Amino acid sequence: MSRLFVYLIPVFVIAVFMVMAHFERRVAHDPTHRGFFDRNGTVLGIAFIALVAFWTLFLVVLPYLYMVQESFHPKLVAAERGGPKDILTLEQYRSFFIQPTDGEVNTTHLWAFFFSLAASAAVTVLNFAICYPLAYYMAQAGSVQKVRLLMLALIVPYWVNEILRAFSLRLLLASKGLINQVLMGLGLTDAPVDFLGNNVGLYVGLSYAYLLVMMFPLYNAVESLDKNQIEAARDLGAPWWRIHKDVVIPYAKPGIASGCTMVFMLSAGSLAAPQFLGGPKTLWFTSIVYDFFFQAFNWPRGAAYAFLLLAGCIALVMLMLRVFKVSLGETIR
Amino acid sequence: MSADVELDRVTVRFGQFTAVKEASLKIAGGEFFSFLGPSGCGKTTILRTVSGFLDPSEGAVRIAGKDMIGIGANKRPTALIFQNLALFPLMTVAENITYGLRVRGMNKADRRKRADELLHLIALPGQGDKLVSELSGGQKQRVAIARALAVEPQVLLLDEPLSALDLKLRQHMRNELRAIQQRVGITFIYITHDQGEALTMSDRIAVMNNGVIEQVGDGKAVYDEPRTSFVASFVGENNPFAGRVAKADRTGAVVETPFGLLRGRNPNGVKEGDKAILFVRPEALRVGEGPKDATVTSTVLNVAFEGNASHIFLKGADKKDITLTVGRLERVEIPEQGSTASVTYNPDLGLVLPEGKLARE
Ligand SMILES: Nc1ncnc2c1ncn2[C@@H]1O[C@H](COP(=O)(O)OP(=O)(O)OP(=O)(O)O)[C@@H](O)[C@H]1O
Ligand SMILES: [Mg+2]
Repeated sequence: MSRLFVYLIPVFVIAVFMVMAHFERRVAHDPTHRGFFDRNGTVLGIAFIALVAFWTLFLVVLPYLYMVQESFHPKLVAAERGGPKDILTLEQYRSFFIQPTDGEVNTTHLWAFFFSLAASAAVTVLNFAICYPLAYYMAQAGSVQKVRLLMLALIVPYWVNEILRAFSLRLLLASKGLINQVLMGLGLTDAPVDFLGNNVGLYVGLSYAYLLVMMFPLYNAVESLDKNQIEAARDLGAPWWRIHKDVVIPYAKPGIASGCTMVFMLSAGSLAAPQFLGGPKTLWFTSIVYDFFFQAFNWPRGAAYAFLLLAGCIALVMLMLRVFKVSLGETIR
Repeated sequence: MSADVELDRVTVRFGQFTAVKEASLKIAGGEFFSFLGPSGCGKTTILRTVSGFLDPSEGAVRIAGKDMIGIGANKRPTALIFQNLALFPLMTVAENITYGLRVRGMNKADRRKRADELLHLIALPGQGDKLVSELSGGQKQRVAIARALAVEPQVLLLDEPLSALDLKLRQHMRNELRAIQQRVGITFIYITHDQGEALTMSDRIAVMNNGVIEQVGDGKAVYDEPRTSFVASFVGENNPFAGRVAKADRTGAVVETPFGLLRGRNPNGVKEGDKAILFVRPEALRVGEGPKDATVTSTVLNVAFEGNASHIFLKGADKKDITLTVGRLERVEIPEQGSTASVTYNPDLGLVLPEGKLARE
């Protein structure tokens, strides 16, 4: 029974929106405005609404809603679903903090959670540090030809598929890999450096995987900045770092926020790169979720964990937007 | 404090293209100096060279006697007002005005005080907390001026700052700029392609064409004593009559034009047989017969009434009309359209110059 009420939520939400729209029309009445059905005719109007509603409901809203309610149920075999044991429970969420088997604090999962968020934040910062100078150069400083070449050099590597990219990076960073051989050949180290075990591979791989995701919002934001603004600041005596601090970065802030948000969300939710490139002791949170779904067939717990990850990410992003005084609307401008 | 600016055979090249050729001149401290020339002649290039955004390919820029090579734009005693103003949209008016002071490390209270003073100077008192986007075009203009003046530059550089404004406001801002310049007493270098602007405001004007400075002088000199055909045709209206010089001496020359032999002064000393152009200003022509070597007879194409004056257009050579301006209160008979009329001038107001490129056409 409790599973059914999920299907009522969309109806409820739509009703709320309709009431809101109704009130708004009353408050801001525009006599020249023609209603949706006036403009399109009744039949076409209904068809449009039905199509959009189908799209949002079945492809966007319902799958998530199904997962939400799944996460509030116990793990049951098919025969017991809908039976007396099928109750609403917070058990799955509690299991993230307290292990259900022995009642101990679930340090493994908690650690994986915080490590994933922290590492993703680090990847985001690293990515920003790499992309900002590049984006600035491409948008404001470089000559057309060089910029085109650079753009090509940035995009072409993405034709290579992710697995190949990850494993070639592994080869490069392995203890008998090229980089270690060069380092030892030059006599910089005696023993090979354990890049993979120290998660260097993970950071490099993740940064590289989402480089363009950071690059394009940054580039777009910086590109639309009037060159004269930069020169005006310079003319008024600003050294280069002040120009960036006072003029370029404030102007590009929405783009920066949008790039950082996306890179952070994508890295925190990525699955392949951490598995291929993480050190043997590294446990990425998405791997745990993956295992619950496909190894343990514990969908409720997997769903609960996935939503915890989502909530954690959103909370952190919101906090950061707050700290840097960017409104959410600006980031998707 | 104001500083003099010296260009010493400055040449600027972009690849193969030479944008400024061997420009040499000296601008005195406290002078209002204008560069006047058609679009693309290299005015902005010169200004950017003075402000430090461009290095000359050859030659030197000296400000207050000091060679500026290797001194960046942020270290020069100049301030530039951009063609599009380039105010910072995310800062308030006061923050815009005091940005240069903030960069120099002035504290907040002093900045606030200075902003108030400058807002008074530009007649926008109490508007410091507005956003730039809340200002009108003319107000933005004045904020840009205040922002540049705040850093107390010795030289203020202005790149067509009035071109975006409408006519009335432009005329108003001309007077305003001139007044501000006299109040602060620093050197102004002003760029424009509007000769009216250059003539009304400047102490001296440099007329440029194709990267070359053709003439430097005060407004009267540039208007009354142009030294090249380009300057004669670019500054103010002028009627050119081209042909070969038939007779020449120190005081005057006679040119064989399609309208017969015509006489004018000969300041550049053209010689018999040279190709030359005789220039006569529209206001120097009047309707009627005069001496034979100062009279042109042609068909009247059109008469245009313009309030304070009327313009009469006669058929000229090479499809170029001859323009004649008659003041409103001059009691002359305006000839009919389509009739044949004679116009004459005082030969002292005709000017024979060596043949050269004309403006526009
Ligand atoms: N960065 C550049 N690279 C190549 N050519 C340039 C560059 N800047 C200017 N030029 C060229 O130099 C010439 C002079 O340009 P400049 O901007 O000085 O003209 P201007 O006199 O200011 O014209 P306008 O009145 O239209 O502003 C132009 O032909 C222009 O194409
Ligand atoms: Mg220009």
